Amino acid sequence: MRRRSFLIVLSGLAFGARADPLLDPITQGAPVKQGRVKLEMPLLADNGNSVSMRVSVESPMSEADHVRAIHLISERNPEARMASFHLGPRAGAAEIASRVRLAGSQRVVALAEMSDGSFWMDSAKVVVTLSACVDELGS
Amino acid sequence: MAARIQLPGEARRGEVIRVGILIQHPMETGYRLEVDGRKVPKNVIRSFACRYNGVEVFRAEMSPGIAANPFLQFHTVALDSGELEFSWVDDAGARGSAREAIKVG
Repeated sequence: MRRRSFLIVLSGLAFGARADPLLDPITQGAPVKQGRVKLEMPLLADNGNSVSMRVSVESPMSEADHVRAIHLISERNPEARMASFHLGPRAGAAEIASRVRLAGSQRVVALAEMSDGSFWMDSAKVVVTLSACVDELGS
Repeated sequence: MAARIQLPGEARRGEVIRVGILIQHPMETGYRLEVDGRKVPKNVIRSFACRYNGVEVFRAEMSPGIAANPFLQFHTVALDSGELEFSWVDDAGARGSAREAIKVG
């Protein structure tokens, strides 16, 4: 019995179904799968005040099957949810770009919410030499 | 609040076009200090929307996690000639808007 519950937990980990305090406020505990989403960020940012990022999601962007929203989540910023971008079939392509602030080296997560209610994600690790926001408070 | 818009002036019907906008705004985080040690109050563009001939095609909710002078790039399908209207509001309640015409052939 214990072995079975261990296997269930293990399979949960493999499919990314574990609870994640960063993603739960958005997903409400729904499973999040890896794939379909591509988050492009530089490996190294000299300055955390403006770091370029681009998210693209594999999707036909049709009325029946489209990306409803792309959420950008930070592991270390004072506000975890950096932005939410709402798309729809009128977008034609699920690709957005912006520039973000990073309060130090961290992992950034792009979470895509599909029209069928499923969640997909990708993450990127960024090394920041000079942080944004928090350092300014300390100085 | 001034804004600079990147949009192809002409497009084929059904073509997916790239739309870019750069808005002049400090996106104050609320963590920055004045010379006298007081905190500069947080003031960021909370919400941004793009309407294509009146229909919303893109919306963004932002936080201090978006860099000053926010740059946003997204896509939309060119359906008809007309206008793209961009509007936004910050924490202080200040509203801004911009519009750009598009010709679809």
